[in-house]
Amino acid sequence: MDGTLPQHSQKADTQREAVIRVRNLTNQFGPQIVHQNLDLDVWRGEVLGIVGGSGTGKSVLLRTIVGLNKPAAGSIEVLGVDVVNGPEQERRQIEQRWGVAFQDGALFSSLTVLQNIMAPLREHTGLSESLMCALGNLKISLVGLPQFSCGKFPSELSGGMRKRAALARALALDPEIVFLDEPTAGLDPIGAAAYDDLIGELQHALGLTVFMVTHDLDSLYAICDRIAVLAEKRVLVEGPIEEMTKVDHPWVQEYFTGPRARAAQEKGLGR
Amino acid sequence: MTRPSLNSETSADGVYLRVSGDLLTQTLSSVEQSFAAYKPDDSNLIIDLSGIQALDTSGAWVVADLAHRAKLAGAEVRFQGALPAYSDLIETVTRNIPEDPESEDTSRSFADWIESLGKRTAGGWKDTLSMLEFLGMTLHRLMRTLMMPRRLRGAALVSQMEETGFRAIPIVALMGFLIGVVLAFQGATQLKQFGAEIFVVELISISVLRELGILLTAIIVAGRSGSAFTASIGSMKVQEEIDAMRTLGLDPIEVLVIPRVMALLVMLPILGFIANMAALIGGGLMSWIDLGVSPGMFATRLKENTGIWQFAIGMIKAPFFALVIGVIACWQALQVKGSAQSVGQRTTASVVQSIFMVIALDALFSIFFSVMGV
Repeated sequence: MDGTLPQHSQKADTQREAVIRVRNLTNQFGPQIVHQNLDLDVWRGEVLGIVGGSGTGKSVLLRTIVGLNKPAAGSIEVLGVDVVNGPEQERRQIEQRWGVAFQDGALFSSLTVLQNIMAPLREHTGLSESLMCALGNLKISLVGLPQFSCGKFPSELSGGMRKRAALARALALDPEIVFLDEPTAGLDPIGAAAYDDLIGELQHALGLTVFMVTHDLDSLYAICDRIAVLAEKRVLVEGPIEEMTKVDHPWVQEYFTGPRARAAQEKGLGR
Repeated sequence: MTRPSLNSETSADGVYLRVSGDLLTQTLSSVEQSFAAYKPDDSNLIIDLSGIQALDTSGAWVVADLAHRAKLAGAEVRFQGALPAYSDLIETVTRNIPEDPESEDTSRSFADWIESLGKRTAGGWKDTLSMLEFLGMTLHRLMRTLMMPRRLRGAALVSQMEETGFRAIPIVALMGFLIGVVLAFQGATQLKQFGAEIFVVELISISVLRELGILLTAIIVAGRSGSAFTASIGSMKVQEEIDAMRTLGLDPIEVLVIPRVMALLVMLPILGFIANMAALIGGGLMSWIDLGVSPGMFATRLKENTGIWQFAIGMIKAPFFALVIGVIACWQALQVKGSAQSVGQRTTASVVQSIFMVIALDALFSIFFSVMGV
C-alpha cells in the first residue's frame, strides 16, 4: 500500500465494511417495474432506515435481499455471499446469520411464543432442550416481553407484543443483520418509543446491523444512523437525517420538512 | 471457528475458571455440558474471559448463568480480562436473566389425562347444544328469507350453486355410473348361479334409487363442499372478517350461511338425481354386455317392478342430508379460533362429522320407512 493514502480514509474504509451490497437491482412484476438499477450499501453496525411513498417497493427490496423474491436483474451480496445466484449451500448458511421480523409478526400460529423462538434453535443448533428453553426465555426478556407471555399463542397476544415476539424470534440465532418491516407501525406512541429504545439498545449491546423499513419519523430521528429514500425506482438519496432536509426533491422535502417531521425532529434532538 | 473450552483450577484463594474460544450459539453445544455440570460452591470464583474470541447472547447467557448460580451458592464472582464489548453484553444478559423461567410443559400425569377426558366430555355436550342452537338459528333465518325473498342474496346463492352443484356434476355422474356398473357386475355373478339374471334390474334400481345414489352423492358433497365451507368461513373468522360483519350490521348467518345452505338444499337433490340416472345407465349397460338384458327389456322391467316410491324415498332424504352437511360445515367454521391450525382441525372435523351424520340419518330413515311399510 502506498503511503499517500490519507490516514482517516483508511480508517473509514476499515470501519465501513459493507454487509449488504446491492448493485443494479431490477425488480419487475409483469409490466410494472418496481426497481431499476437500484444500488445500496449497508455498513456493518449501522441502523439504516428505508423510507419511501406507498408502492415504491420498500418491502419488495427487503424481501429481495432476504431471498424471498427473485430479482429480474442485478446482484445482491450479503456478508460476502451472492444471495441471488450463489450456491444453495452458502445461501442456506447465510440465512442463519440474519433475522427477519415481518410486519405482522408472522409467528407460527400453532406454536407458543417460547416454541416460536426455540424453533430456529432446534433446527440449527445441537443444544439441549433446557438450554434452548433458557435462551428462549432470555430472548423474551431481552425484547421486553413479560415472562407470562412465553406459554401464550400468538393469537392471544396484542399487536405490540406480537411485534416484540417476532423480534425475539428474529434474534434467536444471534444474527449479525436484522431486517425489520415497519416495526413500529400500529403501536401507540409510548410503545413505539419503547420499541425504538429497545432496538437501539440491542443494536448497541449485540453489535447488530439493522435494516429497517419504516414510516415512523420518530424512529428515523431517534435511532437511524442513515436513511435511504426510495423514489423513482431507485435509492434517490442516502445519508444521515440532517442531510435529508437539504435535498432538493419535492417528495423528500415534503416528507422531511412537513409538520410531523418538525415535531419528530424537536423530539429527536431533545433526547 | 475455534471450539470453546472451559478449564478450572482450584487454588488457595478460590476457583479460577478460564473460558476460551468462540462462545457462540452455533458452537455452544460442545461445552454446554461442562457449563451445566459445573457446580459452584461458596469459594470465590474468578472467571477469566480473556481467551474468548467471539461472544453472542447465548454464550453470554452461559457465562452469566454460571456466575448467577455461583452467587446464589454464596460465592464472590469476579470477571477478568474481558473486552469492554463482551463485558457489556454479559451485563445486559445478566440484567435480563428471567426470575423464574417458564419451561415447556410436556409431562402428562394420569390426573391430566382424566382432566382432559372430563373437559372433552363436557365440551362435547356443549358443542351438541351449540350446534342445535345454530341449526335453529339457521332454520329461522331460512324461513325469514323465504318469507321475504328480498333479503335473499341472489348473487351469492347462484355462485354457491355453481360451486357446490354445477361443478360437482362430472364427479357425481362418474361415481353413479361406476356404482351401477359394479352392482350389475357383482349382482350378475351371484344371480347367474340360480338363473335369476333378470332380477339384476331390481337389484340395481332399488339399491341405487332408494339408498346408494343419494347417500354417496351426499358423501361426495360433504367432502367437496362441506370442507370448502368450513375452510373459507373459518379463514374469514381468523381474519376477523366475521366480527367486522357484525359491527357493520350484517348478520353472518344471513350473509354467509344461508346462501350456502340454500345452494345445497337446491343442488343436492339435483346431483342425487343425476347420480341415480348415471347409475341406471351404467347398470343397464353392464347388464346388456354381461347378461344380455337389452336396454328395452331393462326399461320395461324397471317401469313394471320398481315403484315410484323407491325413487321418492331416495329423493326425500336429499334435502335433509343437505341441511346436515351445510349446518355442520358452517357451525364448525364459526368455531375456528385464532390460528391457521384451527382452520385445518375444524375442516377435518366438519367432513368427518357430516359424513357420519349423513350415514346415521340414512339409517334412521331406513328404519322409519320400513316401519311405515314403504
